Amino acid sequence: MEHIVIIGNGISGVTAARYIRKLSDKKITIISAETNYFFSRTALMYVYMGHMKFEHTQPYENWFWEKNKINLKQGFVKHIDTASKTLQFSEGDTLAYDKLIIATGSKPNKFGWPGQDLDGVMGMYHKQDLENLEKYAPNNKVCKRTVIVGGGLIGIELAEMLNSRNIPVTFLVRESSFWNGVLPEGESAMLNRHIKNHHIDLRLGVNLKEITSDSNGKVKSVIVAETGEEISCDVVGLTAGVSPNIDFIKDSNIETGRGVKVNRYLETNIPDVYAIGDCAEQHEPIGQRRSIEAVWYTGRMMGETLAQTICGNRLEYKPGHWFNSAKFLDIEYQTYGWVFSRPRENEAHFHWKHEDDTKCITICYNTINNKFLGINTFGIRMRHEVFDTWLTEKRDVDYVIKHLVEANFDPEFYKHYEAEIFSAYQNNLQTI
Amino acid sequence: MSNKLNHSMSLATPDATDISKKQKIALAIGITGLFILALALLNVNFPNKGLFLTIALGLISVGTIFYARDAYLTKLEGIKNDGQWFKSISSRGLWGWTLGIVLTIFYIVLYFYPKYLGLGQGVNGTNTGLIALFDPLSQFLSGNNASEWFVYGALYTVAILVFGYKFILKYRHNKYQQLRTVSVMFFQTAFAFVIPELMARLNSDSFSLPYNDLKNMWPLNYYAFDQWRVDQFINAQSIGLFFLILGVVTIFVISPILTYKYGKRWYCSWVCGCGGLAETAGDSFRHLSDKGVKAWKFERWMINSVLVFSVIMTTAVISTFLGYDSQKYWFTKNVFLISVGVFLTLLFAGVLYYKRQQINKSALKGAFGFYALTIAFLVFFAFFDLSQIKINASYFSFGLNNKTYNFDSALRTFYGFGIGSIFSGVIGTGFYPILGSRAWCRFGCPMAGILGIQQRLFSKFRITTNGGQCISCGNCSNSCEMGIDVRSYAQKGENIVRSSCVGCGICSAVCPRGVLKLENDSMEGRINSNEILLGNDVNLINLVNQNTK
Repeated sequence: MEHIVIIGNGISGVTAARYIRKLSDKKITIISAETNYFFSRTALMYVYMGHMKFEHTQPYENWFWEKNKINLKQGFVKHIDTASKTLQFSEGDTLAYDKLIIATGSKPNKFGWPGQDLDGVMGMYHKQDLENLEKYAPNNKVCKRTVIVGGGLIGIELAEMLNSRNIPVTFLVRESSFWNGVLPEGESAMLNRHIKNHHIDLRLGVNLKEITSDSNGKVKSVIVAETGEEISCDVVGLTAGVSPNIDFIKDSNIETGRGVKVNRYLETNIPDVYAIGDCAEQHEPIGQRRSIEAVWYTGRMMGETLAQTICGNRLEYKPGHWFNSAKFLDIEYQTYGWVFSRPRENEAHFHWKHEDDTKCITICYNTINNKFLGINTFGIRMRHEVFDTWLTEKRDVDYVIKHLVEANFDPEFYKHYEAEIFSAYQNNLQTI
Repeated sequence: MSNKLNHSMSLATPDATDISKKQKIALAIGITGLFILALALLNVNFPNKGLFLTIALGLISVGTIFYARDAYLTKLEGIKNDGQWFKSISSRGLWGWTLGIVLTIFYIVLYFYPKYLGLGQGVNGTNTGLIALFDPLSQFLSGNNASEWFVYGALYTVAILVFGYKFILKYRHNKYQQLRTVSVMFFQTAFAFVIPELMARLNSDSFSLPYNDLKNMWPLNYYAFDQWRVDQFINAQSIGLFFLILGVVTIFVISPILTYKYGKRWYCSWVCGCGGLAETAGDSFRHLSDKGVKAWKFERWMINSVLVFSVIMTTAVISTFLGYDSQKYWFTKNVFLISVGVFLTLLFAGVLYYKRQQINKSALKGAFGFYALTIAFLVFFAFFDLSQIKINASYFSFGLNNKTYNFDSALRTFYGFGIGSIFSGVIGTGFYPILGSRAWCRFGCPMAGILGIQQRLFSKFRITTNGGQCISCGNCSNSCEMGIDVRSYAQKGENIVRSSCVGCGICSAVCPRGVLKLENDSMEGRINSNEILLGNDVNLINLVNQNTK
C-alpha cells in the first residue's frame, strides 16, 4: 500500500489527508512537532481571551483520526533524504514514504533586530507562542505594557488579545496608516481610529531600533528608531509578517526560494514530493495572486486539489476568484475579487463610509469598460456566492451597486445601507 | 498547557479577569436583596411585607442593572465573551458548582417541600416565611395569598427581566438579539405572569378558569388535558371552551404554520418561558453544553423517548376519564383512541412517503420502533380499563412513595415527577452551571421534540453558511447552547438544518468572519452539501460533487 506522508498538521496538510482518505485506501501519516491534533490556528487568540479552551479549537474530536485511519506522529523532521525517500527526525528515528507532502506553514519574521531573541519577545503563530504569552503576560500586574511591532493581521489580533486582559499595548506600525499596503486609504484610516478607540497606543510610521534587556536576559524596553524614545515593557510581540517554515529543507535536493518551489500541480522539482499551503511558492504567481499565499483558504484549496493528483487524477491548482476575511477588533472585514490599496491602471475606487465610522465599503472597477473588479466590506456581511457569481459573469459596477441588497448577509433585522450606498454612488458619478 | 482554568473563590483575586470596583458594589447591592429573601426564608417576620419585598426585588434588579451597565457600556459595541472560560462561575469552577447545588436544592424544596418556604405554615393556613413576603404582590394581582408557584413565577419573571436587560446591553450591536430578548421578556411578564394572575380575579364560586398561560401549550404543558382542567374549561361556558379549543388549535394549526415559516425559534427562543430563562439568566452558561457526537446520539434517543412518553401518558389520561365519565363529553373513549391511532398513522405514513430521502437509516429505525410502541399502547388502552389496574408506587420510588395509583394516574404522576419536576426543573435549570443553559430543551422537552421534527422536515428555516469563508475557529460550536457542532457544517460549506436548533442566533453573532446567517428561504437547496468549498477551481468543485452524487 502506498504510504503518503504529510509534514505539518495544519489546514493544508489535514485537508489533503482527509480528501486522500475519501478517495483512496492509501496509508496516510501526518507528522507534527507542534501539537498532537489539528487545531485552528486562527482561533488561538480566543483561547488567550477566554472565549474558548484550547480543545475547542480542534475541529475534529480525537477519535476522528483513528476512525479514518490517519496516523498521527509527533516528531520534528530534521532532514529529507529524497534519494532513499526517507525522513530523519531530530528524535533519531526515520520514516519511509512513497509520496511526501510538505505542509509546514509559516514562521514569524525576524529582521535581525538587536534583542529579538530575549525572554519575553515572541511571535503569535504557534501554540508554543500562546503558551509563552500566557507565561509572560498572564495579567496586567506581571505585564505592565506590551509593545507590538508590525501592523498586520496578527499584530491587531495580538493587540486585541492583550486588551482583553487590560494589558496596555503600544502598537508600532512602520506604515503611515494601519495595513495600508493592502487596504485603501479610507478603510485604513477608519481602522486607525477604531484601534485608538480601544485605547491602544497606535504609533504610525515608526520602526523598531532595538529591544533592550534587563540583567536576567528578559526584555526591559523597546527603542524607537525615528525618535529614540524608550518604551519600557515586559513583552514584545513581533508580528511583522510571516515567511515559509522550511529551514529543515534547505540541505535537501528540493528546490527552494523563499518557500518550496512548486509548479501549478503543486509538484516540487523532486518526483513524489509536493508542497502546499503557506510554505509553497509558485514559480509564477497565479493571476494577480502572490507567489506565496499565507492564507487559510488557499491552504485548504491546495489540499483539496493535491488530493486529486495524489489519487491519480493529476490536477492543476486553479484557485477561483480571490476572497479573504479578517476581523479588526470589533469590525469584520470581507473581500471578494481584487481591491488594491491604490487603484491600478484603468481602475477606480468607489468608497462609502457610514457616519458611525465602523462600516464602509470600497468597490474597485475598470474605468474603461466599467467592469466590477472587487469589493472590500467592513462591518457589513456579504454573500460569498453572490459575488463569486457576479465576478464570473463579469458584471459591471452599476449592476453590482444596484443589486447590492442581494449580496447582503447581515443577520435579520439589521439596518440596511444599500439605499445610502446607491445615492452616494449616484452623487459620486455626478461629481466626476 | 498554560491556559488551565484558575478557579479562585476570592472576590478580590488579582486575576486579569477580575471585576471592577463598580461591579463589586453592584454585586453587593444584589446580594443584599437576596439576603432579605434569605431572611424571610429563615422566618424573619418583616413588619411591612410589601415594602420589604419591593426593597428586596428592587435591590436585586438595581444590582444586576448596575453590574450590566458597567460590564458592557464602558466598552465599545461587540462580542463580550472575554474570560468566560476563566471565570469560576461560568466554567464549572467552585462558584459554578456552588450555584448549581443551591439552585438544585431550591428546586427540590419548591417542588416537594414547599412548607419549608412557608406555604400554609401560619395560623389558619396562612403563609409564613418567604411565601408570606410575596403575599402583598399576589393580593395586588389576583386578590389571593401567594403560593409557592406565585413566588417562583415572580422570581422567574424578575430574572428574565433583569438578565434580559443585561443580555440586551451585551448584544447592543445586534438587532436580532435585542428583539428576541424583548419578546421573551414580554411573553414571560404578560402571558406567563400578569395575565393569568389577573384572570384569576374573574373566578368566583360559579365561574372558574384554570391558571392558563396561553403560550404554554401541550406537550410542554403536560397537564393541559388533565380532567380537572378540561372540566373547568367546559364548565366555564363559552369562554372556557374558547380557551380549550384555542389550545388545541395552537398545537395542530398555529404552531405548525409558524414553524414552517420561521422554524422552531418562533417558540423556543422568542416566546417560551423555559427558553426565555435560558437565554437571559442562562446566557453565561450557554457554552457549557456538550458538543460531542456521543451527546448528540444520546439527545436523539432521549428527547424522542420523552415525546413518545408524553403522547402515551396524555392519551392514557384522556381515554381513562372519557371512559368512566362518558356521558359528560362528546367523545367516547374508543372514538378518541381510534382517532389518535388514525391521526398518528396518517402522519407517520405521510412523513415516510414525502420525506423518505431525508430520513436516514437510524432515524427510520427509531421512528418505526416508537410508532409501534405507541400503537401497542393505544391497543392496550382500548382493551383494558386503566382505572382498574393498580400500581404500587413504592416499587418505583425506593419506597419513598407508598401510594397506590390507577395505571393512568401512575403514568401521569411518574411523568409529572420525572419529566415535569426533576428533568425540566431540577436538572434543566438547577444544573445550568454544569450542563449549560438548555439541557432540558435539548434532551427533555417534548415540545422541542415535535417542533424539531417539523423544523428538520417541514420548514423554510436554516442557518446558511457563507461559501468558503469559514476558518474552523469554533466560536459557533462553543457558544451553541444546544450542543450543535455548528463548525462541522460551516467548514464544509453546508447549511445547518438541525432539529434541535432553537434559532438563538448567537453562532452567527460570534462568528468573526461573517459566515452564518439565520434565514427563512425556499425549501429547495435548503439542505446542501458541497464537497469542495466555494473559492476553488470550478471544474474541481463540479468534478467532486458529481462523483459523490
